[in-house]
Amino acid sequence: MIIKNKIIIDDDWLILRPAEGEEPERVVVPAGKVIVPLKVWQAQRNELKSRAELGVWLASHERPEELKGEIEMFSVIAVDFPKFADGRGYSIAYNLRARLGYAGELRAVGDVLRDQMFYMQRVGFDSFAPRPDKSIHDALKGLSDFSDSYQAAIDQKIPLFRRVTRDGVASADQ
Amino acid sequence: MYRYDSFDHKIVYERVAQYRDQVHRRLSDELTEDEFRPLRLQNGLYMQIHAYMLRIAVPYGMLSSMQMRMFAHIARKYDRGYGHFTTRQNIQFNWIKLEDTPDILADLATVEMHGIQTSGNCIRNITSDEYAGVAADEIIDPRPYAEILRQWSTFHPEFAYLPRKFKIAINGATEDRAVIAVHDIGLSAIKNQKGEIGFRILVGGGTARTPIVGSEICDFLPWQHVLTYIESIMRVYNQYGRRDNMYKSRIKILVKAIGIEEYKRQVELDWLETKDGPSTLTMEELSRVAAYFTAPNYEALSEIDVNTELLKTQDNSFSSWLRRNVRPHKVPGYAVVVLSLKSAGVAPGDASAEQMDIVADLADRFSFGEVRVTHKQNLVLADVRKSDLIQLWQEAAKHGMASPNIGLLSDVICCPGADFCTLAFARSIPLAKMIAERFDDIDFQNDIGEIELNMSGCVNACGHNHVGNIGVIGVDKKDGGEWYQVSIGGAQGNATAIGKIIGPSFNFQQMPEVIDRILQVYLRERFEEEVFIDTVRRIGVSPFKEFVYGTPIDAESIVDRSAYGFIEKPDNYTVQRKSRS
Repeated sequence: MIIKNKIIIDDDWLILRPAEGEEPERVVVPAGKVIVPLKVWQAQRNELKSRAELGVWLASHERPEELKGEIEMFSVIAVDFPKFADGRGYSIAYNLRARLGYAGELRAVGDVLRDQMFYMQRVGFDSFAPRPDKSIHDALKGLSDFSDSYQAAIDQKIPLFRRVTRDGVASADQ
Repeated sequence: MYRYDSFDHKIVYERVAQYRDQVHRRLSDELTEDEFRPLRLQNGLYMQIHAYMLRIAVPYGMLSSMQMRMFAHIARKYDRGYGHFTTRQNIQFNWIKLEDTPDILADLATVEMHGIQTSGNCIRNITSDEYAGVAADEIIDPRPYAEILRQWSTFHPEFAYLPRKFKIAINGATEDRAVIAVHDIGLSAIKNQKGEIGFRILVGGGTARTPIVGSEICDFLPWQHVLTYIESIMRVYNQYGRRDNMYKSRIKILVKAIGIEEYKRQVELDWLETKDGPSTLTMEELSRVAAYFTAPNYEALSEIDVNTELLKTQDNSFSSWLRRNVRPHKVPGYAVVVLSLKSAGVAPGDASAEQMDIVADLADRFSFGEVRVTHKQNLVLADVRKSDLIQLWQEAAKHGMASPNIGLLSDVICCPGADFCTLAFARSIPLAKMIAERFDDIDFQNDIGEIELNMSGCVNACGHNHVGNIGVIGVDKKDGGEWYQVSIGGAQGNATAIGKIIGPSFNFQQMPEVIDRILQVYLRERFEEEVFIDTVRRIGVSPFKEFVYGTPIDAESIVDRSAYGFIEKPDNYTVQRKSRS
């Protein structure tokens, strides 16, 4: 089960996480809907690109720019949060959306928890695989913690000050 | 000052609700402590030795009397009747119960306050010049920009889980009163030759383990671009700042590692794509926010108040208060008054609930209902009629807030230290008290003149010790005792400098004598009218070092420990220290 576009749905993608030290060229990619690590994609591009459906995932230290010119190949791009406090994934998502123009499914995977999901949604994630030991129904609530935001991001590209007329000093209770 | 509109209110109320639910989930163990920690930190709740500490944001140090009264209420209802003003212009309460915190934040929301991002690895409260709007040397009032940055940084989704905390300071006057050079980002509002407003931007300054003055990343950034440019600085840091070692994770380490030229190149590359985009500031928004910071309705007054002048000649304590605690105001007949929170026997920066209420009343009666918190942990009434000075002085004195010591030796900057903080190696407040009492003679202090004594209980340097003319820092020693390292030559302001350590560390009891010896060298060496820092700059550290270490300091006989509110703790009290909370 994942959350996609604010709805809980079944999910049949397999996230391929090779063992530590396994060489990307030698990793066996099973048939079906698989989200492969960036390194495996890069090492096995020729074999993988003919697949009807393929996903790729980025580790938090990897650069989304490495997918430049290739983002159309993927049905889903995932970003891994090794620990929820590792915030690099937020900039990766921002760059995928804003710089590379990726418009497909962008999924947060790994240590994905309710209390970070509002921010994740703002930087462009539209699908979430919350940590399996947590209730996905609770996690869904995290997407609606706030009804508005000051600054521009991916989900709302216009900052508050350009979107609304704010009351200003005249009506403040001075 | 800035007032919340419906949008600000909604965002803060939604935050209170979110946090209340998080506390509920923590108490019912749905959230582990590891999961909860960053959530509470980003609401200002910090675990200390005895209890939780709650840090409340005072945006760029500006407070209304109503907000000050709310602090008094919190001190009485949820704490032990006092609070502590910090070097980042915030206030913290030291004896808080987790269960109470949602209610405290709900109370705060009613007066347009919160604890958002006062802790944690995110963008912290934006600090600024405590004399903004009233200083004669002001080029641009920094407060509208500080408020715009406050809103932009509040819940910025991309930068809530940075490698480490991130502090931004902004100054708009000729003299830097916001210590911008030791911030992660330091902004100076300036005008270029065409009269256009912009910012000179420093990046990668800081204190702690790696004290360093910030490097210039941009010499003039037109104001419209301030949000997009800072966003690019943040994005480079968020991606490349180290996350493997807490002590090497601040932006200063990254700037040092790749060099300021390379950092700038990356920022400008990133910025190319957002420059002139939707986050570019508009004149409408700047004007909307600036309208909250217009001058109050000043009366047309004569520059001289006869009664004040008369009492000045008759009463020594009034005249020394005027000299030290009252500053010139840009409007004739008005003055800026600093209420000292540094009295002998009181922890620097502490104020009781009663004092808070008194300050609120004084603000209402004498200063348009506004108060400022200074980074030196005092309070400022910025718009006082000179004709009110006598009355204000009398009432402040009655409540222990008129020590005529602003800028003098006893006006120390001091962190909470090991009495409260789990990080500290040594106590700083009892040390500050002891030094204040040793040099309590105000005539002696006046003879010493301008000097900054800054003290921290540990390497995290919350007490700004590196930029103190004399800096004192608690250090970790294997024997678990309290040891202090002393540096001299540090400075804040336009000539910000990092002090030099004079030698091996001293124990608690030796410290007053160490300070005494440093002052003796100054008194011996100074030219007429030369302030301490200038003497140090002229003669260097060596003469001080030679004299301080010249003869042994027999400490035990000098100080009676119990005389300084010294709570005797077991010898192994350091074991209470935990990893970062």
